[in-house]
Amino acid sequence: MGSDYDISDDDADYYDDEEMMDGTQDDEEGDDDTESADDMDYGDDFKVSTKAKRKPYEVEYESLSQQAVEKLMQRDVDHICGIFGVEPDTASLLLRHSKWNKEKLIENYMDNANSVLVAAGVTLPEPAETSARTHNITSSSQQQSSASRRPATRGSKLLGLASSSKSGVKSPSPPKALSRTPSRKTDEPFVCTICFNDAPDLQTLALDCEHMFCTDCWTDYVMAKVRDESEHSIRCMAEGCALVAPDQFVRTILLAPAGPDTSEEEQAAKEKTWDRLQELFVRHFVACNTNLKFCPYPSCTNTVSCPSAASKSSLTTVVPIVSCGARGIGAQDSASSMSSSQQFVNGLGLKGKEHKFCFGCPIESDHRPVICSVAKMWMKKCRDDSETANWIKSNTKECSQCQSTIEKNGGCNHMTCKKCKHEFCWVCMGPWSEHGTAWYSCNRYDEKTGVDARDAQSKSRASLERYLHYYNRWANHEQSAKLALDLYAKTEKKMEEMQITSALTWIEVQFMKKAVEEVDKCRMTLKWTYAMAYYLAKGNEKDLFEDNQRDLEKAVEDLSELLESPIEAENIPTLRQQVTNKTVYVQKRNEIVLEDTAVGFLEGRWKWNVSVEGFDAPEEA
Amino acid sequence: MASISSRRLAKELREIQSEGCPVGISLLEANDFAKWLFTIEVMGDSVYQGEVYTLQFRFDSHYPISSPAVQFVVTDGKEAPIHPHVYSNGHICASILGNEWSPVLSVIAVCVTLQSMLASCKKKERPTDNDRYVRNAPENPKKTLFHYDGEHYNFKSTYLQD
Repeated sequence: MGSDYDISDDDADYYDDEEMMDGTQDDEEGDDDTESADDMDYGDDFKVSTKAKRKPYEVEYESLSQQAVEKLMQRDVDHICGIFGVEPDTASLLLRHSKWNKEKLIENYMDNANSVLVAAGVTLPEPAETSARTHNITSSSQQQSSASRRPATRGSKLLGLASSSKSGVKSPSPPKALSRTPSRKTDEPFVCTICFNDAPDLQTLALDCEHMFCTDCWTDYVMAKVRDESEHSIRCMAEGCALVAPDQFVRTILLAPAGPDTSEEEQAAKEKTWDRLQELFVRHFVACNTNLKFCPYPSCTNTVSCPSAASKSSLTTVVPIVSCGARGIGAQDSASSMSSSQQFVNGLGLKGKEHKFCFGCPIESDHRPVICSVAKMWMKKCRDDSETANWIKSNTKECSQCQSTIEKNGGCNHMTCKKCKHEFCWVCMGPWSEHGTAWYSCNRYDEKTGVDARDAQSKSRASLERYLHYYNRWANHEQSAKLALDLYAKTEKKMEEMQITSALTWIEVQFMKKAVEEVDKCRMTLKWTYAMAYYLAKGNEKDLFEDNQRDLEKAVEDLSELLESPIEAENIPTLRQQVTNKTVYVQKRNEIVLEDTAVGFLEGRWKWNVSVEGFDAPEEA
Repeated sequence: MASISSRRLAKELREIQSEGCPVGISLLEANDFAKWLFTIEVMGDSVYQGEVYTLQFRFDSHYPISSPAVQFVVTDGKEAPIHPHVYSNGHICASILGNEWSPVLSVIAVCVTLQSMLASCKKKERPTDNDRYVRNAPENPKKTLFHYDGEHYNFKSTYLQD
């Protein structure tokens, strides 16, 4: 069963899958997303996984290529085909319409198949029988109904009657892939109502609704929908018609063999659109499935499956950092769009970063050890201007006359507003004239309010200082990590030169790379430990956490310093020894921090000083 | 592409010139296939009785696959009608100009729909978020349609059900 994904892009092997499904999947209906019963059924036993390799701070996940996800989709489609007895195209439309919720689809379909088919755009609704139009319908000829839609009848067409002049009730049978029969047997030649082309050899297409348009218009329309609007559901072009084009229909439009007058360029654009459409299908499927997440890196089409982090409650105990396995940004063709600094780093061997992201939240980097909700809270705090407001509150007062904000940066309490020249007392905010001769001491000083005001100010000042303590360290690690990469780029260049000028070999000058990567990784951990520490409630647990943090920080700074020492050919062997040793140590310290924190989450050891969803409310200080 | 758009517009223009516009709508200017102007007026009993508005259509080379950019002219002393779906900068909140656009619709069809939108209005009112919208609105109303927030979207569909 594990080899299901090996079947690559072969479209014709539905039946193998179906056999397998009959045996295994029907019993597992109860699960909300059964598509993965065989391959991803480790949701329950991942904690006692026999693969002891996994560290406590890692989650079990699987990276899926686009083909692999298409395989999963195909399996759902086949399942629905088997139950409803419909064509794969119909099953696809139904599943997409029901957001791939198979259970609900089956329930609704069994309840009222026709309304589900109509809602999904598979079949036409029963025509609203108005006496005026019935005779038109019974006269049956499809040519006639299409002719009646010609622009000559503009006056009545305007208000959307076109869509309701159906040629009868459709059975819920699968849609014909397409009808290529151009209606040229009639006396009147066919004119496409979109482009007004009336060439006698015009190629035309229509869905089951028989709204016929020329193939060129269909092509333009499909390309515009897919490329410009990223829309995967392609509705009939007629106004108000809700029929959705089945895949075969779109495929014919985009992948039909090139005619003599189609340029290679156009053909390539069509093929690209088809590929894009497939990607949109996959994205839609992934978005509908909580076990899956699309890799957020630009132009990457991989998906990660991580059932153990699919539920919201699981995110209070795990930090699901996953990687889709790819590296770098985009394929080679996107290299030109990269900024020069990115190219610089890429060119120098880091080869672009691994596509690491968090499965549980939109933060596109490794925010271990801190859990998603706390990381999010921290990011929000750093982004919004609450701290600016806080600073203003702690350090300024407003002139009681003109409301200008004033910062008192020294001197006595006798303030003169620079703007309006109002003189007042900084302590009581009253006009200075009332202070009489008691300069330098406010004799209108109200014990109670004065103390309260100062309390409030010093409190907000203290909280600001606390925040800045953590924020500065957080920002510092981010900055240092960037500097380390820059340094590495320079160093590597130097080492490359040394390979040429001295007797050193390539392998002997490679130790820096590992060290820089490790420093980068650890600084990310350290960065997020500050976000975590900011929210951790005071106590022994926090002290222990900060001890681990301190040890890691010390080790990282030592290694960083080593990396900055001047490199000369003669000191390379010693430097190499030191750097290698230190790297191993740093790696170990990092693991201790990550592991201890992760275990702490599993044990429910961490307490916060703010309320965090899924945790106990903080104790009142 | 460009040829389809101009062929189609040429055909629409020919039809307008030969058959004339529906009552209350008349072609003001169509010198090219990029911008057309119409005057529009609600006939019969309505809150807009006797008022004539100017409607501007702008077409790109993908017309009619892509919808035309339609708005009321608010320059040269002209004003947009006061209507719950018309902003004071002339932008119109109507689903057929956005996600309900269909390539089979024509310029005249849009005019007629907007005319009936005005005709069905009982009370002259600006949209509730007029000020906020007008402050941030892009020059081309089509750009808004693609970035409609939920509120607007509901707004549009409300109109649909009217």
